[in-house]
Amino acid sequence: MRSSDVLRFARDAAAGYPLRTSLSVLAMAIGVAAVVVLTALGDGARRYVVDQFSALGSNLVIVLPGRSATGGFSPANALTTTPRDLTVDDAFALTRLPSVRRAAPLAAGNSEISANGRLREVVVAGTASTYLDIRSFRMAQGSFLPEGDWSRGAPVAVIGSKIKEEIFGGSPAVGELVRLGDRRLRIVGVLRPVGQGLGMNTDEVVFVPAAVAQSLFNTNTLFRILIEARSRGEIEAVKREVTAVLKARHGGEEDITVITQDAVLATFDRLLRALTAAVAGIAAISLAVAGILVMNVMLVAVTQRTGEIGLLKALGARGATIRNAFMAEAAMLSLVGAFTGYGLGLFGAFVLRRLYPVFPAYPPDWAVIAALGTALTTGLLFGIMPARRAARLDPVQALMKH
Amino acid sequence: MALIELAGIERVFHLGDSAVHALTRLDVGIEAGEYVAIMGPSGSGKSTLLNLLGLLDRPDAGTYRLEGRDVTTLSADEQAAVRSRRIGFVFQSFHLVPRLTAAENIALPMMLAGMAAAERARRVATALKDFGLEQRADHRPDQLSGGQRQRVAIARATVMQPAVLLADEPTGNLDRATGDDVINLLEALNAHGMTLIVVTHDQKIGSRARRQLMMEDGELKFDSARPAAVAG
Repeated sequence: MRSSDVLRFARDAAAGYPLRTSLSVLAMAIGVAAVVVLTALGDGARRYVVDQFSALGSNLVIVLPGRSATGGFSPANALTTTPRDLTVDDAFALTRLPSVRRAAPLAAGNSEISANGRLREVVVAGTASTYLDIRSFRMAQGSFLPEGDWSRGAPVAVIGSKIKEEIFGGSPAVGELVRLGDRRLRIVGVLRPVGQGLGMNTDEVVFVPAAVAQSLFNTNTLFRILIEARSRGEIEAVKREVTAVLKARHGGEEDITVITQDAVLATFDRLLRALTAAVAGIAAISLAVAGILVMNVMLVAVTQRTGEIGLLKALGARGATIRNAFMAEAAMLSLVGAFTGYGLGLFGAFVLRRLYPVFPAYPPDWAVIAALGTALTTGLLFGIMPARRAARLDPVQALMKH
Repeated sequence: MALIELAGIERVFHLGDSAVHALTRLDVGIEAGEYVAIMGPSGSGKSTLLNLLGLLDRPDAGTYRLEGRDVTTLSADEQAAVRSRRIGFVFQSFHLVPRLTAAENIALPMMLAGMAAAERARRVATALKDFGLEQRADHRPDQLSGGQRQRVAIARATVMQPAVLLADEPTGNLDRATGDDVINLLEALNAHGMTLIVVTHDQKIGSRARRQLMMEDGELKFDSARPAAVAG
């Protein structure tokens, strides 16, 4: 029997039992659609998080005081127990490194802001003019902290949009005097709303020069140093150089931790990829179920068409011909089901994107390929048994069943 | 050389502990172009004999030579090839594939044999004309009368130009008049040289054959070609 005839015969056989065929196609389609939509959701979540992180600022490297992971025993570790603090001078030293485009100190603490007859608890961030560009913030009004000597801060402040809203309402804030702790500062700018980032809501932060913050909190340490590398490729160089410089400045002791945004991002990326894969795995169960359903449908088909199989044998069909015809039918059911499901899944992802425009719900390629592949494989695999059963039927017995 | 030579054929079915001898010590020869009726009560082994002749079943002992070739020792696939080219079947219940049209049903054995589509179409057209089914080519079996269905089945059985046509109660599901038409059709094919073997329990149809084989309890009780040899 020619292969084109096998295919046509299988197609006609499938079309001859529309209910049975459409049900198994539907089962397969739901399985594939589930994989496509669920992985689109998972991968959409991953992309969303990655995008959010990228919004933090590109090529960001963060220096923390203290060593998070020990490098084994060394005499230096044994002698000194408390790490040295990060200072504004440390931060300034880093700006001279060739791989560093910008660096900004960050001293943080809580204080109260009062102005316009209102009082509010705020997070105070002491930093420098470079911070704006490192974090890719935009100004709503006025300007950010002025450039100048980091160790001598001018009495100025920049406030987040929410603070502006709560203290000044609709009236202009730039140029107003506020009281921050025991200091009187002049507001020089208001940030545009940006939302959550680096563990604090920037809209509720008051930015002041680092020196002002340090004297406000009566300390000379920094909470973080933020660094922007010249390029993505130089992030590793920044890490190396920063560690070397600070080690030299801290008396040969490596008492800082350098983390990159890439590392944080990579962790989230891995996490969410694993989540997507897990979701895909759960959805794949529905594919296996669909495969078993195709097998059931084909077994019913063999029973239903026992007389026909006997006839085909009487007409000179070899066992292999009958097996191929039934395999082709199972493959067709799976194939049509898989592609219907793919279409449904794409449509589902499209609807999701329409409903939640910020959520990039596109199914990843690997998931689509895996779903289609699994559907076809299970369909064929589960088609083998019924097809073999058909091929092995005794023609005399089969002919009697009509 | 006889077309069909059966020598010492035995067929035993095992039902639980007991063995049922469906065919015992069967020796029959059938020449090309003969018109043979196999008759006998139900359970006499006539259907088993027909299945053996059609290579749908294998004997437990004995040899079956078709056109001089021992076909009992052939593999399943080789037997399928013999069925495809040398044997045509006509069944009591027609055995048409319900989803296929008359023309497609007739083309089925040629499709299974891997014949080219153009040759198939040519032969189907000829068969439809010969059997008076031109108007019914695109009808499905459920749109055909019983007589038309059996004519489609006969067209299908003969379209590969087999050496022998095996008919199992070909009129069993038909009324008397339609049954007579079908028998006339089969006899006309025989008149053109086709070897025809009909299994029937209908005396009237059986007596129309030129040779009768009477079966009883798995044994050949009477062969009209050799009245003396097998009696008893």
